[in-house]
Amino acid sequence: MDLLLTLLLIVGKSLLLITLGLTAIAYYLLADRKIWAAVMLRKGPNVVGPWGIWQSFADMIKFMVKEPIIPDGANKGVFMIAPLVTAALALSAWAVVPVNDGWAIADINVGILYIFAISSLGVYGIIMGGWASNSKYPFLSALRSAAQMVSYEVSIGFVIITVLLCAGSLNLTEIVRAQDTDYGILGWYWLPLFPMFVIFFISALAETNRPPFDLVEAESELVAGFMVEYSSAPYLLFMLGEYVAIITMCALLVILFCGGWLPPVKMEPFTQVPGVIWFVLKLTWFFFLFAMVKAFVPRYRYDQLMRLGWKVFLPMSLVAVIVVAGVLEFAGVAAK
Amino acid sequence: MSVATAFFYLFSFVTIASSAMVITGRNPVHSVLFLIVAFVSSAGLFLLAGAEFLAMLLVVVYVGAVMVLFLFVVMMLDVDFAELQKSAKRYLPLGGLVALVVLAELALVVGSWTVAPQAVLSTPTPGNLSNTAALGQVLYTQYVYLFQAAGFVLLTAMIGAIVLTLHHRPNVKRQDISAQNARTRASAIENKQVPSRTGVPVP
Repeated sequence: MDLLLTLLLIVGKSLLLITLGLTAIAYYLLADRKIWAAVMLRKGPNVVGPWGIWQSFADMIKFMVKEPIIPDGANKGVFMIAPLVTAALALSAWAVVPVNDGWAIADINVGILYIFAISSLGVYGIIMGGWASNSKYPFLSALRSAAQMVSYEVSIGFVIITVLLCAGSLNLTEIVRAQDTDYGILGWYWLPLFPMFVIFFISALAETNRPPFDLVEAESELVAGFMVEYSSAPYLLFMLGEYVAIITMCALLVILFCGGWLPPVKMEPFTQVPGVIWFVLKLTWFFFLFAMVKAFVPRYRYDQLMRLGWKVFLPMSLVAVIVVAGVLEFAGVAAK
Repeated sequence: MSVATAFFYLFSFVTIASSAMVITGRNPVHSVLFLIVAFVSSAGLFLLAGAEFLAMLLVVVYVGAVMVLFLFVVMMLDVDFAELQKSAKRYLPLGGLVALVVLAELALVVGSWTVAPQAVLSTPTPGNLSNTAALGQVLYTQYVYLFQAAGFVLLTAMIGAIVLTLHHRPNVKRQDISAQNARTRASAIENKQVPSRTGVPVP
């Protein structure tokens, strides 16, 4: 009976998160298209509903009712599992994200490592999809993507270590609480760790295969990358996984560098606003930045991408770990 | 049956079943994928034992990095499955012999092994420390030399691999990024006055 109750509670919380999350994703996707269109002086989706607010749902229904096409030479089992892996892993990262003080499904001690592990697993969906399609472009794209994601994970890891050194905990809630000072926005880690903040933002773009690092699906070279052979619901799952991963990276930026649910100024009107609203506002701001980068910056060449990851970000973040550790130790402010 | 016990049986079953599939799978890529499943579910077993840091490390290091390279190599190989199975049958007696020897050795070692009486059975989370903090405190104090030595062994292996595979060929064109960035309009572009119907000699 006790077991059943615990399981039901976990299932209920997860369902609530997934429902809210997927609805949010639908509107973030619409916002992405609208922002991109506005930069190009287009209108963007504006037909389905007022200002196109039902566009994502219409797209979803279309994907669901269309016929999934499985290529003849494909490795069918792996081909169908790949999009499931991508979507399920991307969603499971949200189990540990605290959207408010204590509002997480699992407030585990190694939360940041859990997200890091999940995002390093995300590459398997792409590799499996690319290999199982049994086709040239998807396979090339899968190889590219795997190399890209593994490369940028290294620098993301080191950037996370600098934040962990300052916060003194691997628990996401504790990391946010460590930024709770009287200085408000000036006490968050984006200011003292500004270079790391920039590196993390750019690496997050590369890790989620967003433009300007979307070499995985570089249309001019690889048609649509590893998704060439996918259609209908499996394609939808890939897109869903991609956008959930982007939102997760934005959430990570908010938690690690921008004080999670904390208000920017520790004064009366701001402290009255619920923490979850601050969290969502900050998350939306970073998503806006992601969308603007997509609109502004032209795509990198592949060797430039690899050079940036291995020869610029890796040495910088490695030195930063040593510098931050040294400063914390000699200034005597190291977290216990 | 508590939740933990149920999950223990689930993870154990998945680990053993996918390990069996690694050996019996016909397609090497499927074998690698099942090996990944085995790793992930053994990370779940670590988690149940309270070793949360080790569990995450297993996923990050083995599944996130090592197995990706494994999968790369296996995918790139052009393997003839029929040929592979024929040779597998030929080597079956020898392989069986090796397996028997290892099994006998394991039985001898495990059968005579006892926990040292002075060793205290320690919990993964001593006192009020978290698992990660406890691990760090012994790793960087009591075992710091062993830890650093392990790091040096890995560094040596890494440098060794680079030295063995890096060949400096003389006639390869290489990019010099700083030279490229230092280019100015004056050094890169030359304006020529081209009279009509003559053209410019191309170098």
